[in-house]
Amino acid sequence: MQFFGKTNFKFIEKRKKAFILSGLMILLSAYAIFHKGVNFGIDFTGGTLVQINFSREITVGEMRETLSRHELSGATIQKFPNSNVMIIRVKSLDVGPVEIARKLSSIFQEEFSQDQFTIDRNEVVGPVVGEYLKKRGTKAFLLAFLGIIIYIAWRFIGGIWGLAGVTALIHDVFITFGIFTILGKEITLPIVAALLTLAGYSINDTIVVYDRIRENIRLQYKKPLAEVINSSINETLSRTMMTSLTTLLVVLSIFILGGPVIHDFSFAILIGIFIGTYSSIFIASPLVYEWRVRKSR
Amino acid sequence: MQKSIQWKAIITAVIVILAVAYLYPTYQWYRKSPEEKVKLEESKDKILGKILKLGLDLKGGMHLVLEVDLNRLPEGTSPSDAMERALEVIRNRVDQFGVAEPLITRQGDRWVVVELPGVKDPERAIELIGKTALLEFKLVNDGVRISEILDSEGKVDPGKVPAGYEVLPGREETLFLLKEESEITGAALTNAKVKIGGQYNMPYVAVDFNKEGAREFARITEVNIERNLAIVLDGRVQSAPVIKSKIPDGHAIIEGNFTMEKAKDLALVLRAGALPAPVNIIENRTIGPSLGRDSIRAGVLAAMIGLICVMCFMVIYYKLSGLIANLAIILNLIILLGMMAYLGRTFVRATLTLPGIAGIILIIGMSVDANVLIFERIREELRAGKTVRVAIDAGYQKAFRTILDSNITTLIAAAFLFQFGSGPVKGFAVTLSLGILISMFTAIVVTHMIFDMVLMGKRIEKLSI
Repeated sequence: MQFFGKTNFKFIEKRKKAFILSGLMILLSAYAIFHKGVNFGIDFTGGTLVQINFSREITVGEMRETLSRHELSGATIQKFPNSNVMIIRVKSLDVGPVEIARKLSSIFQEEFSQDQFTIDRNEVVGPVVGEYLKKRGTKAFLLAFLGIIIYIAWRFIGGIWGLAGVTALIHDVFITFGIFTILGKEITLPIVAALLTLAGYSINDTIVVYDRIRENIRLQYKKPLAEVINSSINETLSRTMMTSLTTLLVVLSIFILGGPVIHDFSFAILIGIFIGTYSSIFIASPLVYEWRVRKSR
Repeated sequence: MQKSIQWKAIITAVIVILAVAYLYPTYQWYRKSPEEKVKLEESKDKILGKILKLGLDLKGGMHLVLEVDLNRLPEGTSPSDAMERALEVIRNRVDQFGVAEPLITRQGDRWVVVELPGVKDPERAIELIGKTALLEFKLVNDGVRISEILDSEGKVDPGKVPAGYEVLPGREETLFLLKEESEITGAALTNAKVKIGGQYNMPYVAVDFNKEGAREFARITEVNIERNLAIVLDGRVQSAPVIKSKIPDGHAIIEGNFTMEKAKDLALVLRAGALPAPVNIIENRTIGPSLGRDSIRAGVLAAMIGLICVMCFMVIYYKLSGLIANLAIILNLIILLGMMAYLGRTFVRATLTLPGIAGIILIIGMSVDANVLIFERIREELRAGKTVRVAIDAGYQKAFRTILDSNITTLIAAAFLFQFGSGPVKGFAVTLSLGILISMFTAIVVTHMIFDMVLMGKRIEKLSI
């Protein structure tokens, strides 16, 4: 079986359209991130999270009402579908997270004493820790980008390959981040891990195309660059689609069956697969082309 | 050619056998009934050290980050000494819980990370770990032997403990019968150091008391000569030296058959109690055991479905060659889990976490990439009119560089993920990086070897790919 026989799509000629599309997505993401604001989870803001499992149905409204009676109206309450599991998050503002955790536990004891409940998860993160994790997360990304640029520049003898590859990768991570912000989803530690993973995934895809371009430039040095890049992307198209599909299959199975705790994590990778595949075809190589053309002018 | 196949086969067999051997205890463990597991856990059976370790998020437990308050230290104490003392205090308290395999490490200048897997009473744990250290000196009751106050089961019978006395545990599994009221507390101490000398040129601990402390200590030692004075930190007896003579000047010496290590430990305990550095809990993540069980069940189901989908897809798309790739996926999983079990025993302390399970599932999808690259190359070579034999070799050869480059860049990202993460995220980084490395091995070495074996001595006109 085969998805594509010998294809001959003109990717380079479509680069302007791709750049515009990507530009729009980046602008939209930037608008969401800087205007609407990123919804950082308690991992980064500091705060308290309690996950409780009740033995009877308790509605979100009931819980909200109970919590606001105890001056905790700022809490976010999330209920898992088809279960009596609830997650309550309180970001730390004036009161320390430790006190809030204590307060929550006494509220549950008081208000729901007849109902059996178990606390499945209790997380308390001090604001200092949140700041620290933010700093470390940022550092991890910057160093990973730098490491990848250096490696590609070394292997491909030329900084432009590394730079273009990493630009495509930042494009993927930024847009995924933007989509999360637009949807109001929380950025937590596992989400950051997912973003770094898709960085690895996206660059992997890009390298495969680059490798083929490098090989073809050597074999067909008389042909114009646009043609070489086009044929390289076309030749690797089958593989790109195949790997994206198998990865998509497994990520979908985590997304659907993996349980609520890693739902958002797999969602981030899911978005990343689409954007990563798109960028390795329409952005990464056309960027190199654009650079080469402008330089030779 | 023949010889290289033999070598590859031997290496592959050794790796797979090792992986299975490392996984076997885990397999045995999960076949046992819950009652048997509890029994083995109580008797601290050897198998516990050999099974694939689960992270706190799956097993349940507590992850704490403590900040040592260095701002409130008395003048003249160095921060690094204060950190060391705080660590000792925390270690001493954690040891008392009896949690299997606690982890206590320094992080940065002033943080201490404590991990308590499977802790039963998290609130008590916080209370105990967060409080300020208390060092006391208590007299040992010499009149009553410990064996006299135990009941038939070897447990302390509260009815037999004399009034005004209490039983406290020691550092090893010994018990001490001590006067309830302490003679003197750590507040009276100024310093404790290890010195070498004396009659036999052995290490000993020199203890200095402040002015009031010295006076008090002189009185205590004068009336209690030849009795044991226990040094108790947070309710645990650290040592119980005999008072040899009156100490009039506040400079006591604790001698014994100390190794350098033991003497250092004791001095550290004394300093920790003398100048307790307050600790604050700045991060606490507690996961109940049931949450982990549900997550594991969901994760295994997702892995199974994902695995079946990918395998079917590979066979549909690449036919018989797809079967070879599927074999590689299975080998990847076995070797990956085997390595995780092995690394759990080493200093890496690899654990399987919930994101780690996601990582394994992800690897099922991503690890076929290397084989996809190779197969697509082989197809290209076949289309170009090469014979089967030549096409396969050329496919592997040409895809090699691409596989290397694309995987190394992914590994760079995973390495920084490992650096960045703690706990669950680190577990993810470990499974991801190992999975990538292993899939490179199986794709480049193992599947090539299988093709060679199948084709050996035959002339095949058409390849099922």
